[in-house]
Amino acid sequence: MKHRVVITGMGVVAPNAVGLENFLGAIQQGKSGITFHQKLQDLKFSCCIGGVPSVSDEMKNQYLTPLQLRGFDSAGILYGCIAGTDAWADAGFKIDKNSPTDYNSGMVFGTGKSGTEKFREAIYKLDDQKVKRLGSTVVVQTMASGISAYLGGILGLGNQVTTNSSACATGTEALLMGFERVQSGKASRMLVGSCSDDGAYIWGGFDAMRVLTYKYNKSPEKGSRPMSALASGFVPGSGAGALVLESLETALKRKATIYAEVLGGNINSGGQRNGGTLTAPNSEAVQRCITDAIKDANIKCSEIDAINGHLTATTKDPIEIENWTKALKRSGKDFPVINSLKSMIGHCLSAAGSIENVATVLQLKHQFIFPNLNCNEVHPDILNLISKEKIPTKLLKKKLNIIAKASFGFGDVNGCIIFKKY
Amino acid sequence: MNKKELITSLKKIIKPYIQDQEAFKNLSEETDFINDLKINSANLVDVILDVEDEFDIEIDNKSMEKMLSVKAAIDIIETKLNKS
Repeated sequence: MKHRVVITGMGVVAPNAVGLENFLGAIQQGKSGITFHQKLQDLKFSCCIGGVPSVSDEMKNQYLTPLQLRGFDSAGILYGCIAGTDAWADAGFKIDKNSPTDYNSGMVFGTGKSGTEKFREAIYKLDDQKVKRLGSTVVVQTMASGISAYLGGILGLGNQVTTNSSACATGTEALLMGFERVQSGKASRMLVGSCSDDGAYIWGGFDAMRVLTYKYNKSPEKGSRPMSALASGFVPGSGAGALVLESLETALKRKATIYAEVLGGNINSGGQRNGGTLTAPNSEAVQRCITDAIKDANIKCSEIDAINGHLTATTKDPIEIENWTKALKRSGKDFPVINSLKSMIGHCLSAAGSIENVATVLQLKHQFIFPNLNCNEVHPDILNLISKEKIPTKLLKKKLNIIAKASFGFGDVNGCIIFKKY
Repeated sequence: MNKKELITSLKKIIKPYIQDQEAFKNLSEETDFINDLKINSANLVDVILDVEDEFDIEIDNKSMEKMLSVKAAIDIIETKLNKS
């Protein structure tokens, strides 16, 4: 028997807001979280703007113990712990370090890399022949699964506790992995999410690849321009998003708040064939991922009210729109409304999928479409595919029943989720 | 530095790592780091790094293995201090 899966809690640490309520306000207002970073300029980056969440020391102390914070330098793990702890509390669970192990609850919390700053510090010590001076803190902060290790202990989870990694599809993949585990009955509840470090050491490689925009260093908030004719590369971001997935039975039984239902989804890869490469998508696979997600959710293409795209603000945005039109067999005025959170917070890399999933679910819960910033001049190739009014640039109050969300990542990997209002 | 002063410095070093406040309050030479103070065994290496910094000494692997109680720690620190 397949269990129905609902979302009963959420937490978020985003460049434009920290905490669910602040984030709801920020995305409704269209608040940008992109700022100029002097350090990037000092290091001679071409792109000196980025999205970094604002987390005070006081806040750190609320989520991590003084012992955990000794020698702590892993931004992604910090953001993940805040978002994950918030989501768990939002779902109505007490966080108590003496609670018994909860074998019915697990976690899939992804990341791309952990503790880049910490790793840098360790490498300097190692090269200086001071291996002993690394102490006990390097391994847990730099291992890929550092986030699930920290968070699993804070919450006392006893089902599967793991970290997934699939580049910019990580957050969306995490949700679908947790979804399958709850759907199949292997867990009653899964905390799913993802996080990313920020700063020069994580963004440098992208700057070198010339995929970041370098044209908006003097006007950071205008830099991230998904679907715009003036898009010239993405703006890097960071943070974390977390969602509690739960079987409908247990959610109803404990009278939990239900934000939305996960109807289904799909994860696939283009195999780096057919135009797909390590860094570019195989369009056939993208379309297949979307159509298979729709099949899995057992809905019709026509039932999709809105799309939350991957849409990074590189030259690939028109191709993504084309793939949506082909997969849904809907175009022009018949196309659903579409938006990209990256216009406000940049591309949060491994955290992107889960922060955007939180935003998508908030849209369903509160019945609105957040505005696309910096998209007054829509890319002409996109206008050949869909009507301009399908890309709202102002907050849109709208009756919404189903939203499709997709994420795509390096390695030619794709993920698509179908969310439904509950 | 006399033994009392040594214990006082040591107490300051281990304070962040202890998980049993009661045992810490009643700390004596016989107190065991793991069994009494419930220090996470992974953190013992951090205690030792902090001891090295505080007393400006270097603790070799052999001594590290023995440093499991207040008494053992004091003995090792005293020996190293006398050598230098």
